[in-house]
Amino acid sequence: MTRFDVVVIGGGHAGCEAAAVAARMGAATALVSFDHSRTGAMSCNPAIGGLGKGHLVREVDAFDGLIGRAADDAAIHYRMLNRSKGSAVWGPRVQADRRLFQASIQRRLRAQANLKLIEGEVAELHVDQGRVGGVVLADGRVLEAAAVVLCTGTFLGGTLFRGEERVEGGRIGEASAQRLAAQLREALLPMARLKTGTPPRLDGRTIDWGRLEEQPSDSDPWTMSPLTKARVNPQIFCAITRTNERSHAIIRENLHRSPLFTGAIGAAGPRYCPSIEDKIHRFADRDGHQIFLEPEGLDTPLVYPNGISTSLPEDVQRAMLRTIAGLERVEMAVPGYAVEYDHIDPRALGRDLQVRAMPGLYCAGQINGTTGYEEAAAQGLVAGMHAAAAATGTEAARLDRGNSYMAVMIDDLTLQGISEPYRMLTARAEYRLRLRANNATTRLTPLARQAGCIGAERADWFADRENARETWQQALARSVPSLELANAGVPVKRDAGRMTLAEWLRFPEVELASLSVVLGPAFDPASDVAGEVAEDALYAPYLERQDGELRDLRASDSVRLGAEFPYDTVPGLSREMVERLSKARPDTLSTAGQVRGITPAALAAVLVHARKINQDA
Amino acid sequence: MDTIFALSSGSPPAGIGVVRISGPVAGSALQVLAGRLPQPRRARLAALHDAAGELLDQALILWFPGPATATGEDLAELHLHGGRAVIDAVERALAGLPGLRKAEPGEFTRRAFANGRMDLAEAEGLADLLNAETEMQRQSAVRMLGGSLSRKVEQWRERLLSLSAQLEAVLDFEDEGDVSHLSASFTSDLGQLHDDLAMALAAPSAEVLKEGYRVALAGPPNAGKSTLFNALVESEAAITAAVAGTTRDVLVRPVAIGGVAFSFVDMAGLRHDASDEVEAIGIERAEAEILRADLVLWLGPEGHGPAESWEVQAQCDRPGQQAKAAPRHRISALTGEGVDQLKADLIATASRAMPRPGDAALNRRQRALVQAGCNALATALQGADPLLLAEDLRLCRVAFDQLIGRTSTEDVLDALFGRFCIGK
Repeated sequence: MTRFDVVVIGGGHAGCEAAAVAARMGAATALVSFDHSRTGAMSCNPAIGGLGKGHLVREVDAFDGLIGRAADDAAIHYRMLNRSKGSAVWGPRVQADRRLFQASIQRRLRAQANLKLIEGEVAELHVDQGRVGGVVLADGRVLEAAAVVLCTGTFLGGTLFRGEERVEGGRIGEASAQRLAAQLREALLPMARLKTGTPPRLDGRTIDWGRLEEQPSDSDPWTMSPLTKARVNPQIFCAITRTNERSHAIIRENLHRSPLFTGAIGAAGPRYCPSIEDKIHRFADRDGHQIFLEPEGLDTPLVYPNGISTSLPEDVQRAMLRTIAGLERVEMAVPGYAVEYDHIDPRALGRDLQVRAMPGLYCAGQINGTTGYEEAAAQGLVAGMHAAAAATGTEAARLDRGNSYMAVMIDDLTLQGISEPYRMLTARAEYRLRLRANNATTRLTPLARQAGCIGAERADWFADRENARETWQQALARSVPSLELANAGVPVKRDAGRMTLAEWLRFPEVELASLSVVLGPAFDPASDVAGEVAEDALYAPYLERQDGELRDLRASDSVRLGAEFPYDTVPGLSREMVERLSKARPDTLSTAGQVRGITPAALAAVLVHARKINQDA
Repeated sequence: MDTIFALSSGSPPAGIGVVRISGPVAGSALQVLAGRLPQPRRARLAALHDAAGELLDQALILWFPGPATATGEDLAELHLHGGRAVIDAVERALAGLPGLRKAEPGEFTRRAFANGRMDLAEAEGLADLLNAETEMQRQSAVRMLGGSLSRKVEQWRERLLSLSAQLEAVLDFEDEGDVSHLSASFTSDLGQLHDDLAMALAAPSAEVLKEGYRVALAGPPNAGKSTLFNALVESEAAITAAVAGTTRDVLVRPVAIGGVAFSFVDMAGLRHDASDEVEAIGIERAEAEILRADLVLWLGPEGHGPAESWEVQAQCDRPGQQAKAAPRHRISALTGEGVDQLKADLIATASRAMPRPGDAALNRRQRALVQAGCNALATALQGADPLLLAEDLRLCRVAFDQLIGRTSTEDVLDALFGRFCIGK
């Protein structure tokens, strides 16, 4: 028998971040997986980041997490999505070489103090008087722990569909954790089923690249993690092609062979990233759908055709692909497939991602109904941090909708539940203007440092960066007459009065670079800190207005309801409201207000009752 | 949760006194007093006795089991004879029962709100209805109570949501190739919504309804203002005497004439050589009143009144009075000559300036929020950055949410429920 503070089950993105953060916080941690040679694998598309998702990567990185730096270690193509729009919705995204990414994650885990990697199948949870106190492995070993973090992805009750084929199991070639799933089911945790799909993998040597529009890697040298000094890998091109009427005709003729349409898959799939058969069925008027051809690595010919996930039979997939420009002679390495899997209704979890009905058990990642590496990694970080804090008696960082996308996601999951695989979007974040991918460090690293989540290297780097930011802020707070700017060649009227440089930056024609003469040579307008401070200046009027809202949010966050709040005794609260609130178990009034379908009247009733309880107490 | 009771009708003595009981033990309380529970929602005559068996009153009783009641709780009504002693005795008997206590101000409405029986705008409408003194106020309050503002805001909110949704799609999905640009009608839809909000703001406000159409009487000292004022408010409210400068301060009297609320303002005569300091202050106030008034009746020399004031020839019965060439009204407050015509003219004019019956007029709080939403849309119309545009639309959404009470800050609730008197 071996004793740990935290045991993490599953070596995917959630599990790796959970184990790493717990270990960084000083908890004795074990990461248990079937096969550690596959730990850190990118099981689906070979990309990290994107809209909303890039924010999550930067936030996990601000906690000194793995995913940002591993993405840089593996990046073979950088693209800043949405660059034509305001920087708050820029989406940093990289193509990552699978082999390099996995190697980077494994190297970082092995180098992490306090962390032991254990191979084995978790047979069951060790439950003592209703509390989870460790795990029992299939070979009989028992790992005791104060907290267990479950990050088993689609392994729970997974079924794979391709045309008429059915395979039990998660990903290709791996066993599914059926025994554990059965135990969770017996524990009567609320469960539901979802589906996800992948496109076929193509052999890049059979693609006619010359015919296709190329998409080069960004030339400016940004990186996923600010701690990465420079890009390390050769950068390659992606390419863009489209489906056409002929491809659509083939799909339409074979819809009856897709498990999505035969009724074999009943679970809800995502609305926002539908399979190609969904797209053609639902958007019949579109004559084509864009496909991004994304190379999977430097030393593999595999190509991931982003945009055509499918569960059609293999022969139909091949025929459909060959109608597409550039793919006329393409060979599939692995056909696409759909996976249907169980997930826990995340409303069974608290905001610390702990299962309310099984204290000591935390859940993170796809098991909570999300999709995507970045969503998984962020949950892993949060669950691991809370598990370690609980196990070692420290305090986790306080995340809320006003400081992070991570909290937005966790709020949404644990309060609203899900009806489709949850994917991060910038539209989900009310305070988007302040939650930028490029200010994640400023927002979160101080909290991460206080919670003990960051290592020495980042702590030093952060101290320097804060100094630089402070210097910039002071420089921009200087009040300057328009004449001085005009004389320095800045396009302002000579008699426009005096303002601080920060205020001058709000004029569209005044750019940070043009202030260089006024600021002096010590200030590099191209630096990452400069960009952040200039954006703060630009958005300042909006941010000030949001401050009031955030004060309200945090005030109603102080009206505590807690897991035991007796909704069923709140007078006049309708059955429906009682049900929604009892499922979501919001811990404060502000989170109650975020529960879907909760009316203002219901909220007022809860408030009145909460006040009454507090008075009586 | 306590069961509460209170006299819900006007203060005794009155023809009838309605006592309402709301809460979990309302049914058993009714049973104790009346001996049995009547059939739900059927009026029944019953003899009410206290615990000692003493007969209290012969009353009409009603029993409404929750939750489909005005408060969302079990509810009982006792229609008593409206004498003070009867009501006191019944209230004493109720207070003696376990779990019952007298309601606090606004508590019935608060429970109705808390139990989801009405939203914030409807609750405000009810407050207005209960405070309504004129027919016009009543009609507007009934509209509000019926949720007409809530429905309007819901519609605005729907339109706003569809604009936001378009914008968010562009922000989150344009780069992934599945969504292209904003629809062609985006800007015109946004402009239309802005104009609709602006139009709602331009409509007469609820304050005119509540505080009345403000009519100031102005003119030099001793021009007959106070006499006319008294004739209009039909009482001897202001001191009238034949000495110039008697009305030193401002006197405001709200009255209803022909179902329309007015506030008549009598004030110091406008004389620019006022030697008396007190009178000088009065004149200063009078000038402020003229600016504030919706209408000024000018009793001074023709053509010297404030712009758009009505020329009134007062004291037309007085010999030697210099006649105005084209007064809008000629009156004698003493003989009553012309007063009715003046009143009719005032009613017609004031009615045009008031919210039309059927329109949901905005009160000050609502107006400020609609204004905030309108301003946010105006900024959005000028902006080009979809990110900031989206933030402007979000601000407008926040304003709408506050309008119908989706955010429940305690201040709003306290301010609202503080306006109710007991038992309503």
